[in-house]
Amino acid sequence: MWDYSEKVMDHYRNPRNVGAIDDADAVGVAGSLTCGDQLKIYLKIDENNIVTDAKFQTFGCGSAVASSSILTEMIIGKSLDEVKKITNKDIADELGGLPPEKMHCSVMGYEALEDALKHYCPDGCVTIDEIYEHINSEQKKEKIICTCFQISENMIWDAIKQNGLKTVDEVTNYTKAGGACGKCKSIIQDVIDTYYNKQKTEVEKLTPTQWILKVNNVIETQISPELQKDGGDIELVDIKNKNIFVRLKGRCSGCKNSTMTLKNFAEKVLQDSLGTDITLTEVQ
Amino acid sequence: MANKLIYLDNNATTKVDEKVLEVMLPYLKEEYANPSSIYSFSRKSSNALKEARGVIKDFVNAKDEKEIIFTSCGSESANLAIRGVLNYNKNKKHIITSKVEHPCVLNVYQALEKQGYNVDYIGVNANGELNLEELDLAIKDDTALVSIMWANNETGVINPIGKISEIIKSKNKDTKLFVDGVQVAGKIPIDVQANGVDLLGISGHKFHAPKGVGALYVNSKTMITPLIIGGHQERGKRAGTENVPYIVGMAEAAKLAQDSLHYEMTEVKRLRDKLESNILSKIYNARLNTGVANRVPNTTNIGFEYIEGELILLHLSDLGICASSGSACTSGSLEPSHVLRAMNVPFTAIHGSIRWSLSRYTTEDEIDYVIDKLPSIIEKATSISPYQKELQALKDLRK
Repeated sequence: MWDYSEKVMDHYRNPRNVGAIDDADAVGVAGSLTCGDQLKIYLKIDENNIVTDAKFQTFGCGSAVASSSILTEMIIGKSLDEVKKITNKDIADELGGLPPEKMHCSVMGYEALEDALKHYCPDGCVTIDEIYEHINSEQKKEKIICTCFQISENMIWDAIKQNGLKTVDEVTNYTKAGGACGKCKSIIQDVIDTYYNKQKTEVEKLTPTQWILKVNNVIETQISPELQKDGGDIELVDIKNKNIFVRLKGRCSGCKNSTMTLKNFAEKVLQDSLGTDITLTEVQ
Repeated sequence: MANKLIYLDNNATTKVDEKVLEVMLPYLKEEYANPSSIYSFSRKSSNALKEARGVIKDFVNAKDEKEIIFTSCGSESANLAIRGVLNYNKNKKHIITSKVEHPCVLNVYQALEKQGYNVDYIGVNANGELNLEELDLAIKDDTALVSIMWANNETGVINPIGKISEIIKSKNKDTKLFVDGVQVAGKIPIDVQANGVDLLGISGHKFHAPKGVGALYVNSKTMITPLIIGGHQERGKRAGTENVPYIVGMAEAAKLAQDSLHYEMTEVKRLRDKLESNILSKIYNARLNTGVANRVPNTTNIGFEYIEGELILLHLSDLGICASSGSACTSGSLEPSHVLRAMNVPFTAIHGSIRWSLSRYTTEDEIDYVIDKLPSIIEKATSISPYQKELQALKDLRK
């Protein structure tokens, strides 16, 4: 029995905006019959680049229907610029969360939307057949990692990036890749390694000022708010390469658990967000 | 409407019969003695155990009570049978099974393959019937064991075990046959002697006993090495203090099942057939996955094309109807049922395949209710499918 949120249940019981739009300005497709789920999304876009209508058709499980349904609600009335910012995580969050094994349903929503936007041309020149042709040729061009589910390297890359995925199992939950014969699991691991190595080199390429700003941003947006909840706080004092010096304030200062806060929480958040090993030291 | 429960998932597990619970209770309360003890207090539990062994012996028509080993479940029975035979015959490295076995057999075989065993997985045809020729050709001089299920849990398709045994023994009389009998117990008569079965596993909770008890029949000519080592229980073949209350419960359930076999094969079958024929005639994108194959009387597996099984189950669940699906989405695994894939059920139907499994508790009203409600559920799921063109073509074709 899946632990579906009330919102997921509401959306598969009463899906919104079901159907096709015959004169759609953009149509996107993700998934396939073989894979066990497919989503088609149809968009009407006006001259001001506002999505005025959206409809969907889904072959898939409850969470796939719910993801599609809520996605149409999320984009109607929005500008294309806003719509382009929507990620699979936004879809899952809007539904009140999805079971980990079902995250690929939200990814499918994101992919269908991305596909629609990629093929959007204001003259209304795109037909569904053209889209299918396009998808087929695109898939041929892209490097397919999981041949069972036809998952490309780009799709895996996007899922890692948007959701901070770290393990092959997580990638399988989000994209299905590796979920059938499992032969591609080592390649998926390579993609994960490549992604984090690249991120690391990106960190290493930063100028000292960029690096300081980046560290400070993580402290201010991700660590400080958590400590404030307990009446404490944290501030950045100094950075020497990967040695970061901070001061604990308020109730955190002098708290006998402060070392734990520092090592188990703050250092971990910094490492995860920066994608590189750092050492966090408290100064009085 | 509220709290209505229509349970059509009896191949997954069954409700405990009231009479079964009743006979178990004394052994959970006052008669708690260890049956191996010497004092007279243990007499009742040791007699109960002996009596239960006799009942299970009759239930499968074994020759001797000594051929019955009590276990904790069907999976344990399968593990003990397979590993037990192989560990006893260490020089033989070839084993055979079918592509549609339950995971408790298939995954053991896959693990053995990694350990160096040569394995042949025998295929099935589009109806789910075993390819007997392929089996015949696969048997070799060093084939230690063939494991074939009596009936398939997903489709209910019955394998001709007697014939299979003949094929095996005529090729190699030393090759042992293990039959996973979990899905036939209580549904059709079991006769291990008449069908040339060497080992047979059953599980109590599939025929109205509680979960946590099973049995393995091992004929007197078949030697196995035990998996659980410890005391002398079960003649040294399965150590651990006997689960007396559950064994007593399973024996009572076996008696009740034996008594209702005729009802199962006539009345339960009639209700199953009624459900099946109504679904197939009322719903144009419904497809019987087993064709004309011989099946246990309680099971039907129907594919609904161009829609997905979990969505159907969720809508059914909202009405209190319980069934199950071979779809990938329900199980958390990403692959659809290995059984339906081995049968080459088309991808249009495989993800939308639903297994309905009845029991002697299923009523006509319940079946009528499902027949009444299902078409609109399927219609609802079909209306949001992206394959409207294909569905229309199917509708025109089947008009």
